[in-house]
Amino acid sequence: MRSQRFLGYAYLTPYLIGLVIFTAIPFLTSLYLSFTSYDLMSSPQWTGLSNYERLFTRDRTFDKSLTVTLIYVFSTVPLKLAFALFIAAILNYKLKFINFFRTAFYVPSILGGSIAIAVLWRYLFSAEGLVNMAIGAVGFAPVDWFGDPTNALFTITLLRCWQFGSAMVIFLAALQSIDKSLYEAASIDGAGKVTTFFFVTLPLLTPVIFFNLVMQMVQAFQEFNGPYIITQGGPLKSTYLLPLYIYEEAFKKFNMGYASAIAWVLFAIIMVLTLVAFWSSKKWVYYAGDKRS
Amino acid sequence: MTDLTLPKTAARSSDEAAAAKRARMDLISAVVRYSLLFGVGFLMLYPLIWLVGASFKTNSEIFAGAGFLPESPTVEGYVQGWQTSTPYTFGRFFWNSFLIILPKVIGTAISCTMVAYAFARFEFPLKKVLFGSVIAVLLLPNVVTRIPQYILFRDLGWLDSFLPLWVPSALAGDAFFVFMLVQFLRSLPTDMEEAARVDGANSLQTLIFIVVPMLGPALVSVCLFQFMWTMNDFLGPLIYISSVDKYPVSLALKLSIDTTEAFEWNRILAMSVLTITPALVVFFAAQRYFIEGISAGGRKG
Repeated sequence: MRSQRFLGYAYLTPYLIGLVIFTAIPFLTSLYLSFTSYDLMSSPQWTGLSNYERLFTRDRTFDKSLTVTLIYVFSTVPLKLAFALFIAAILNYKLKFINFFRTAFYVPSILGGSIAIAVLWRYLFSAEGLVNMAIGAVGFAPVDWFGDPTNALFTITLLRCWQFGSAMVIFLAALQSIDKSLYEAASIDGAGKVTTFFFVTLPLLTPVIFFNLVMQMVQAFQEFNGPYIITQGGPLKSTYLLPLYIYEEAFKKFNMGYASAIAWVLFAIIMVLTLVAFWSSKKWVYYAGDKRS
Repeated sequence: MTDLTLPKTAARSSDEAAAAKRARMDLISAVVRYSLLFGVGFLMLYPLIWLVGASFKTNSEIFAGAGFLPESPTVEGYVQGWQTSTPYTFGRFFWNSFLIILPKVIGTAISCTMVAYAFARFEFPLKKVLFGSVIAVLLLPNVVTRIPQYILFRDLGWLDSFLPLWVPSALAGDAFFVFMLVQFLRSLPTDMEEAARVDGANSLQTLIFIVVPMLGPALVSVCLFQFMWTMNDFLGPLIYISSVDKYPVSLALKLSIDTTEAFEWNRILAMSVLTITPALVVFFAAQRYFIEGISAGGRKG
């Protein structure tokens, strides 16, 4: 037993080193840097709260960027998850070609994060691109996707929603693991399909909905490739998400202190929302195993 | 007698009517379902199909119509795109991507297996806290540690090398994989390992000869995901790699958009097709592992 104590730690060593050097120390360092002015040339100068004061009172780019980020996350995540759940629910019936569909719907998730797809998106929504050609064929006027602030953000949102496959696969696995006798019981009690979905299926899916919600939210807040390649943050900063702002402050202008302050605000928002999700999950997430014990 | 049988037949015929109605409803709902799935599938995949077709078109034809079949297929886009505007060809950039991916995948597989083994099979002080830290790292946005990491790598003299991309992963930095392997390992029975221990195998031998083979499918998933994510990674190389001769394909593609005057779309689309090909080939060869991996990750732990 005594040697086991050391053994566990022996196998844990790589993780512990990585945790301290690449996570814990950088995490604290970035908090410290957010209270300094630091251009990488001279050592950091302590400036107290002035970075945060500038962020919240004088920085209109930050206001814009924060607003756009929140709009992006709160539109993309629900849209993507609802769509993923909808398709998973359809696939869950006894269907032929289920594997074919599952694969087809999953392919965009494999490729969606790549630069190649961002490039493709940039073409698809360009003035004479495929989307406008398709719209034109049906008889509508072409849309100025990248010139109009609302449309531009929408293209970025669509790119995320297009990658609904990974969330869908998780939903589908959960749907397939639901005990069939529950459906029989519901049908004997006279419940229709819609009632069954909302009162039997959905409650049993809440653990994976919760998991997908948190993971997708954390990811969406960090979206970078899409806006960087497709719209470069424009027009009028309408797709200038916070990760883009942080990147430019830190690695283009080398305002490491100020960039750290923005990163910490972004982190605080993600953390608060994650904690709210965890806290509220006690009220709406149903764990079948917990009730039984 | 007749009084008794009459209601029965009536009931039977109404049963039949209900059955027929149900069959009709099933047919309708099947038709709706299939058309919806095919419609969505078409919308999802058409851009990709079109991309492949367009990469064989001439530059003027790309904007001429929405069809994906090129009128007079040409490999001009591939030939010119491959040359790039730099002194290097795309071959060099693929080689660089390979040099980043291979050590990273190997390092990830080894370190995450060790760590998962520790969490799933050993008792030690602070185990709960440390496993909690895995979840915390999993949820911690990279954006908050990126700047100090950059400064650290600069101080170590690692900028413009592949080390910043390799080392954190080789130290089990991708918590998702640790989590996935722990979940998988916990679901496996331990009797084989106990038998090995009784036979005098030490814990490292047990790990290598018993646990790793059992972990097989999960370990394959880990490697495949890491391969895919590294292939797609853009921000990491963008921050750490500055010399063009070390560019992976993601940076090279971005460079070719920036340097191509007035967008030679056929070249860019041709190179886009090439850069997604390895990921697509790997996915179709091993899709079972992707689907199982992602489903396992979502299971409640």
